Amino acid sequence: MEHTASNTRRIAIDPVSRVEGHGKITLLLDADNHVQEARLHIVEFRGFEKFIQGRPYTEVPYFVQRLCGICPVSHHLAAAKAVDQIVGVDELTPTATKLRRLIHFGQVLQSHALHFFHLSSPDFLFGFGSNLAHRNIVGVLEDYPDIGLKGVKLRKYGQQVIAAIAGKRIHGAAAIPGGMNKALSDDERKALLVDIADIIRWSQDAVTLNETIHRQHPENHAFATLSTNYLGMVGAQGELELYHGGLRARRADGSDIFDQFDYREYGSAIREEVRNWSYMKFPYLTAMGKDNGWYRVGPLARVNLCDSIPTLLAEAARVRFRAFAEGAYVHDTLAFHWARMIEMLHCAEAIQELLNDPAITGTDLVVTGAKRAQGIGVIEAPRGTLFHHYQVDEQGLIEKANLIVSTTSNNHAMNESVRSVANHYLDGQEITEGLLNHLEVAVRAYDPCLSCATHALGKMPLQVELISHEGQLLSRVVKDSDGCAVSPHPNPSPSRGEGLRNPLSCSPSPLEGEGARG
Amino acid sequence: MRGISPILLFGYGNPGRGDDALGILAVEAIAALQLPGVECLSDMQLQVEHITDLRGRERILFVDADVACAAPYVLETVTAQQDDSYSSHALTPAALLHTFRLVYGKDAPPAQVLRIRGYAFGLGASLSTLATENLQAAQQLMAELLQRPKP
Repeated sequence: MEHTASNTRRIAIDPVSRVEGHGKITLLLDADNHVQEARLHIVEFRGFEKFIQGRPYTEVPYFVQRLCGICPVSHHLAAAKAVDQIVGVDELTPTATKLRRLIHFGQVLQSHALHFFHLSSPDFLFGFGSNLAHRNIVGVLEDYPDIGLKGVKLRKYGQQVIAAIAGKRIHGAAAIPGGMNKALSDDERKALLVDIADIIRWSQDAVTLNETIHRQHPENHAFATLSTNYLGMVGAQGELELYHGGLRARRADGSDIFDQFDYREYGSAIREEVRNWSYMKFPYLTAMGKDNGWYRVGPLARVNLCDSIPTLLAEAARVRFRAFAEGAYVHDTLAFHWARMIEMLHCAEAIQELLNDPAITGTDLVVTGAKRAQGIGVIEAPRGTLFHHYQVDEQGLIEKANLIVSTTSNNHAMNESVRSVANHYLDGQEITEGLLNHLEVAVRAYDPCLSCATHALGKMPLQVELISHEGQLLSRVVKDSDGCAVSPHPNPSPSRGEGLRNPLSCSPSPLEGEGARG
Repeated sequence: MRGISPILLFGYGNPGRGDDALGILAVEAIAALQLPGVECLSDMQLQVEHITDLRGRERILFVDADVACAAPYVLETVTAQQDDSYSSHALTPAALLHTFRLVYGKDAPPAQVLRIRGYAFGLGASLSTLATENLQAAQQLMAELLQRPKP
């Protein structure tokens, strides 16, 4: 970051800001000063779907890892599943499937640990409005060393699983068309087994901590809470499934919209709306229509939607979770955290099972088939259902790509949660620090990638504007990536619409218009 | 389980952003030499869990791209210091050393930072010509450093 002659700040690409992106929230008031609409803008444009056009399909699983520094494995695997279809492979060898599941569980475990311990736990341990300078993972390590260090080690373990299979922690070479690149050695398997009992136990502790926090804070139950449709993947028996299965969509009351839906037909089940104020698209379930078809994905959706979890401890935790709402769906937005930890526990247990499976060190890793013109890979990424769709030409070059990333699926819901929180905490016509803190907590519950900037604890680069029903900018607060709050300084008299304009404004094309992250 | 190598080289940066790959490329070049007693790690950014990588070392060298330092590189000693980077998604080396001290109750091993001058950080860009020259110079320095006795 540097200071210019006018003493304004310019964010440069330095080690802190290399994964850029920030959120902007516009709150539109009605004539009675109630928040009529909230708009969470994603002001970074990446256009990966465009970049990869003309590239060989074999490059895609590696190229798309650059979409995200936190969950590159999810993009890698979703793209790999699509490329499997392009090379005519519908079923991998047992070992390759198990290795992909293993690396995926490692990825989800490390991402969930990062999100709760590094980013969200300070909100709950210190309070939403506590001192920003202390509300971070280092503060947790200082005041709650046991909790903090467990979080650090949990994330590290997930990264070790990834590194063992992919060769390195990020952007390794794991999946290849029709299979996997390398076998897991017995030494690597044994090394990962050394700590797994601790990992499972610490994951259990994390579930207990989140359950306790949620139950002991009734004020959190309604915070940013929405009654919504849910979308996620389930296994053949309706069980939680993160790697491969059918899609299930249900209404807020638990009734079916569709079930065991073949994700290769996603185009008929999900449509995407483009709005001129955001680079992110707004997906909706076709059967429910544009107005009522928005939905939530991610841990809360998955733990609500599944009929069971196929590992013992996580299943017991799921039963307690559902009992909290007396068997109905848990709609509490802050229960995302609780559900996230249940999934982390499931991943830890599933890793142990896979490491004890003799097939995991097999060497039959690749199958081949006859080339096809397109592939559609879907996976449950840490943040929710992730779609990768590619069409290739006769030379095997990408002609068209479409990605629906989890954060995009939660787009409408995040806006609604922000609106709910803003209505509750907005006092008058001024944006306060308290409002800002609560908006951050609401958005963070979804664990969105706006990009990793949103992971920045207490320092989510965030700009909030308050617009009157006449289009006048009433208040603006900017927190840059250093967490500095700038005093409100409304523009004198912007015309209606000016204050709403995205600074990079242009209408996104259907193939380009999103911040493509999982 | 393998033992802990006394020397840690830690390169960080985004290999998908042009010259931001300098730190990782420099460390990968040394890794290819498979020098005994030297462990080479790389990641997109420094994060709090990297404190566990620092334990048991005798020397640590962080290697990063820098958009503003003097070319071809700047080598400097780094010590533990609390700064505001720890509440972001990436830590500075000084903040990482500070976190180490907080968690383990003692100072981290002696550490230096090698900043290699970069110029172009565009998404999907390849390494710029000037940065490539700086990288070569930095690799030569790193090889010399690894041959020096412990300070």
